[in-house]
Amino acid sequence: MTLKTEPVTINIGPQHPSTHGVFRMRVTFDGEVVVDVEPVLGYLHRGSEKLAEERTYTQVVTLTDRLDYVASMSNNLAYVLTVEKLAGIKPPDRAMYLRVIAAELMRIASHLVFTGFWLNDLGALATPLMYCFREREKILDLFEMLCGARITLSYMRPGGVFQDAPEDFWPALHRFLEEMPNYIDEYEGLITGNEIVLVRAKNVGILSAEKAVNSSISGPILRASGVEWDLRKADPYEIYDRVKFNIPFGGVGDNFDRYFVRVQEMRESLKIIEQCVEQVEPGPVRSEVPFLVRPPKGEAYGRVEAPKGELGFYLVSDGGIAPYRCKIRSPSFINLTILRDILVGWKLADMIVTFGTIDINMGEVDR
Amino acid sequence: MYGLGILQGLTVTFKNLMRKPFTIQYPEERIPQHPRFRGEEFTWYEERCTGCASCAKYCPLGIIKIVTHPGKTNMQEGDYYAIDVFDIDIGRCMFCGLCVEACPYDALFMGSGFEEGQYRRQDLVIPVDRLRKASKRPSTWFRPQLEDKGYNPHTGKELSWRQVGRHQQPSQEDLKEKWAER
Ligand code: SF4
Ligand code: SF4
Repeated sequence: MTLKTEPVTINIGPQHPSTHGVFRMRVTFDGEVVVDVEPVLGYLHRGSEKLAEERTYTQVVTLTDRLDYVASMSNNLAYVLTVEKLAGIKPPDRAMYLRVIAAELMRIASHLVFTGFWLNDLGALATPLMYCFREREKILDLFEMLCGARITLSYMRPGGVFQDAPEDFWPALHRFLEEMPNYIDEYEGLITGNEIVLVRAKNVGILSAEKAVNSSISGPILRASGVEWDLRKADPYEIYDRVKFNIPFGGVGDNFDRYFVRVQEMRESLKIIEQCVEQVEPGPVRSEVPFLVRPPKGEAYGRVEAPKGELGFYLVSDGGIAPYRCKIRSPSFINLTILRDILVGWKLADMIVTFGTIDINMGEVDR
Repeated sequence: MYGLGILQGLTVTFKNLMRKPFTIQYPEERIPQHPRFRGEEFTWYEERCTGCASCAKYCPLGIIKIVTHPGKTNMQEGDYYAIDVFDIDIGRCMFCGLCVEACPYDALFMGSGFEEGQYRRQDLVIPVDRLRKASKRPSTWFRPQLEDKGYNPHTGKELSWRQVGRHQQPSQEDLKEKWAER
């Protein structure tokens, strides 16, 4: 006798502990196996691009904090780089170093959040997450010294940063740089060799390099698939051409590679910060830019390697005090396009884990 | 070898078993904030404020409401504007500090606290009377003159309006010399 079966469609989200924010998936299952995934977006839409047209160039910095709220510094950096390109402003050297230090600290913090929540998805509830948040807390403390806030930082301004780092920032940063490698070793001891993690993550949710490139994926996911592409090397901005670092990349493009690339990236970021601290020299941190920046008519596209991928801002100026148009190319949104490719054919339990490795942030997806 | 990874993980667990907890029991224990911390309640010096409304104009959300009327006239400094209303709606504020950055007379500072929670939204609007009476512990955010003095709002004492400016206070001699008579 043959059993008659039919596919079942299940709704996951928008309020679901595994979906990293208000993200909704309509998933069709054949038994345990995923046969179709349809992402439903837009629950966190705030119209940031439109709001930017109403604000002066300096005020838009506060909006960029709220795109990818676990990596505000990178958003700040991408935006101010674009404004500087548009208006032809050159920031002083020290400001560029401070901005790179801040952005790299933010990358570590963002990858820590990824590691913690990914283990949460794997079923290791809360404890590893607390380990990761302990170090993230140290980074946030550093940001508090730097700019007075912990999450919505608004540290950078067109033409530099708003103020120099306080005296006590540098010793604290040194202490952090000394401690952090031990903590990364600790996570690796906990995760990298763990058989349970390996069984769940190795050779699961494979994304081929070809597919990744064709869907314009960027960031650690692309590098995990074996493509050596990092904007910090491919199109150096700020002072990235003055520091030495490696681009970690994976071979298979499975879940484990996507995790491992991020862990190694944290180590590389530490290296970059160390070199920046050595090279930075005293000097001004903000070039003479009026509060109301008035770039000439034109357009500019600026991009940075944010923790989640290529973050780009496209600004059009009509000569006024506010952008005429602001388009945000957010990495999370574009990385979501491979959802179907990496989820279909895998089981329900793998679906959550694989989805976690894309590391999306809804603030950025919906903007 | 199977089990090695688990053992390695357990070592980490044991190490953490020996460590002190890193969490803080919040209302009883507190972590001190940095002097630059952008706190919730604003510090405002009426004596310094000219009512120019730069702060209101530069606020991305437009949540500072200022109403003034022309007050007395001083030979030295010209017309005064008396402040009738200076309301900050912190229910919508994002504590970006652009208003503080915009204030040309060092009259507005970020606060240093973070416990301004209220039960009703109306109470989140800081009216001018509360700003006048509030204890003056300004954050050093965007005020290098305070940072240079090593001021810490969490441990230091309240600052009067004479102590927070970026310029030296004029001497009696300077004050006698009237601009109008020159
Ligand atoms: S901190 Fe920012 S949002 Fe709040 S009143 Fe000042 S400028 Fe407006
Ligand atoms: S910018 Fe400063 S001086 Fe002007 S109204 Fe605001 S607080 Fe007063």
